[in-house]
This record gives sequence, structure tokens and C-alpha cells, in this order.
Amino acid sequence: MSRQPAGLSKDLICLRAAKELTPGMYVNLGIGLPTQVANFVPRGVILHSQNGVLGFGPIAAEEEMDWELVNAGAQPITLSPGISFFNSVDAFAMMRGRHLDVAILGAYQVSEKGDLANWRMEGEPLGAIGGSMDLAYGAKRIIVICEHINKAGRPRIVKKCSLPLTGKRVVNTIITNLGVMEITRKGIELRALAPGVTTAEVQKHTGPKLMLSDDLKEMEF
Amino acid sequence: MLDKGNSPLVNKLVSSISEAVADIPDGAAIGIGGFGAAGTPYRLVLALAERKLKRLTVVATSPRQFEALLQSRSVSRVITPFARYADPSAPNPLLEPYLKGEVKVEILPIGTLVEKLRAAGAGIPAFYCPVGVGTLVEKDKEKRRLGGTNCVLEHALPLDFALVKAQKGDSMGNLTYRMTSRCHNPVMAMAAKITVAEVDETIEAGQLDPETIVTPGIFVHRVVKGEKPPANWIYRGVKLKEQKT
Repeated sequence: MSRQPAGLSKDLICLRAAKELTPGMYVNLGIGLPTQVANFVPRGVILHSQNGVLGFGPIAAEEEMDWELVNAGAQPITLSPGISFFNSVDAFAMMRGRHLDVAILGAYQVSEKGDLANWRMEGEPLGAIGGSMDLAYGAKRIIVICEHINKAGRPRIVKKCSLPLTGKRVVNTIITNLGVMEITRKGIELRALAPGVTTAEVQKHTGPKLMLSDDLKEMEF
Repeated sequence: MLDKGNSPLVNKLVSSISEAVADIPDGAAIGIGGFGAAGTPYRLVLALAERKLKRLTVVATSPRQFEALLQSRSVSRVITPFARYADPSAPNPLLEPYLKGEVKVEILPIGTLVEKLRAAGAGIPAFYCPVGVGTLVEKDKEKRRLGGTNCVLEHALPLDFALVKAQKGDSMGNLTYRMTSRCHNPVMAMAAKITVAEVDETIEAGQLDPETIVTPGIFVHRVVKGEKPPANWIYRGVKLKEQKT
């Protein structure tokens, strides 16, 4: 078992993930850490949540909370100009029907082929699929954000997922506290390192062998 | 505004919450609207729990919608996308009855669930869906490749009763919603033989702008005024302010 190596705080992981988003994109933020990305998205990015809301603002401060304005993780969110509300059938048509440009999801495991496991934890009898399978199938690009190793100290990036899958070969990009990685046909390519983190450290906490990008550099925010 | 002296003879307004759920029998399949904190007909669910029914099948987003029915031991089967709270560290009221074998649990993607409900409401017996292929969701389901995509056969999910939450409901059963309280409520209403709507405000037919009606009255059989949300309704220790009407 190893301790979580240094690198980015959770907020910085979210900030780095938000850098992948550009104005005009329709983006879904999964439950857990990804919902916090809402606090960092550039202006003009249109956020979607599967409970039937498009174009919402940041997570609500306590004095702004309204129990009828929440995201899929049941967190109170805020109104923003251009916001719209719709029913679940339409919300999932947007997801399954390939209308979303990006989904940012959490993960318990990601395989080197891009398989994603994020609905049942190790040893858990039940679990929560939520909208994750709909997103894994339907979003044009899947970005996973998570801490590089799990609470038990084991790598989340593995050769083959041992947990039940959310989707097969669906992940495009992984952003962790240690680096930015892209799933390619040949394997996982390390594209950027968190400040102060070495390639050897990232490899030490990763299951499969990483390929190093020709353009490997320090993360930019 | 629409009333030209021919008031509709239909009146779906029911005077009390308990009366609205009085005829739901043991063993019924019940859909409960709501997603996260929003759109859940808490008063109807609490009244149903008080009846201490047995062997209900419950279809809902998460245990948040039906925790009271687990406490009253009214449930024998649950069909849900979240067989725990979204936050895995929160206590899971479904776990113990599941492990004891008292409650069967089927976990499925939300998009598939709402489409199964829509199919039931729209007269479509089954459909092929690409979501869940290559996962536990495809287990024991017929598979077919369509348009270059692997799919699984999903059957319609009809409900005996739907309990929904809306903002305004008129005497003909027309409903409007407020913000993310809409969520699964319209599709639950479509899928059920009998839909009971808990609303913040009951009004006479003709008082709603027809352009704002989201669920038309054909899908709604009873409309009852709820009270304010339960005072103990909290989100992670923060008491949310009461609902605006």
C-alpha cells in the first residue's frame, strides 16, 4: 500500500479538467469530484445535468440554495442566463443521442484500453449506475478525473478492470493529481506532468506501462 | 380565461393526501418521481408508508425517494439506477433488507429506466438500446446488432400507480413543474394506470396558461395539495430553505 503521492489538490485537478473545455461546448459533469468542475468552467461552456437542466451556473453557496434547483448529485446549483429545464427522457436523449461534446466522469478503475469502472466499489454488494453508462455510451469525448491511486493505495489505472464495467473502450483522457494521460490505440500516453512530479513517480503508481508523449511537458492551467 | 360558461365536469382534485393513496393495494408496482432533492412527492410517500402495505415494487431514482417505504417494510422489489445514495459514504437503507433477502434489487442505467417507462406510456412493448452492452446490464437479455451498434432488448416498464410532484395542478389534472423538480415526473405519469400528483398549488381548469402545461391531464388522475416540504429536509447537514411557491 502506498500513500497518495503529492501533486495536484482536488481543486487543481478540476481546474485542469476545465482547461479542456471551450466556449460553445455542451458538457456533462458526473457525480462526485467532477461536479466541482462547475466552479472552474470557462464562460460560454454549457453544462448539462441528467436530472433535466442545461446551462446552469456554479454550485450554490448556502444562502443561494433552492431545493428544487439541484444537479444529478443532489447538490444545489445556481441559475444562469439561458438556463433551461426539461424532463428526464429529453435529458437522456441528449446523452444517448450523441449531443454532448464532453462528459467528465469519476472512476474506480480505468484500463489501458479505456474500459471504465465507476459504479460498484470493491466489495460493494449493490452500487449506483446512475447516468454513467448513458454518458459512457453517448458523449463524444470522455474525460476521467480522479486521484491517481485509490484509498487502499492501489492504482486506479490498470491493465484490466477487476470491477464491473460502466463501458468498454470509452475513456479518451485521464486527468489525475499526477498527470494528464490519453488513451491511444497503442496504450496510455503520458502527455503532461503535475508540477514537481516525475515520470518515474507516475509510472510507479500506474498498472500498465506508460508511453511518454514526444511533447511531454508540465501541466498548464 | 377559457371558461365560456361550460365549466368542465371533470374534477380530479382530491381533498387529502391520505385519501389520494387510500386504494393502493399490497403488491402494486409504484413509480415515485424525483431526482436528488427535487421533485419527490414526500407527503404521498409518507402517507403510503403509514398504510404499512406489503410486497410493493418500487421504481425510483434512489433510496431518497422511498426510504420511508423501506422503514415500513412495504417493499419487496426495487428497480433503480442508484441502489445507494450517490455519495457512497452515506448510510444505505437498502443494504440490510437486500442482504437479508427481503428486497430484490435491479440496478439499471437511468436513461434505460426512463425509456422503459416512456415505452410503457407510449404503447411500445420493448426496444433495443445500446447502453449497457459489455456490462452486467446486458446479462440474460436478448442482443442484436443494429445500425452497426450492439444493442440489448429492453422491455417496457408499466406501473400500477405513479406518485409525482408538480408545482401547479388544475382540476383537469394538467400539471406544471418548477426547475429540476420536473425530472422523471412527466414520464412516471405517462407509464402508470393511476397517477397521483402532489402539488404546491391546486387551481381550477382554465387558470393555467395552456402553453406552460408540461403534463396534460390525460396522464393524471388525482391532484392533491401537499404541504410545505418536511422541516427536517436536509442536504449534507445544511437545512435547505423552504420551497418558494
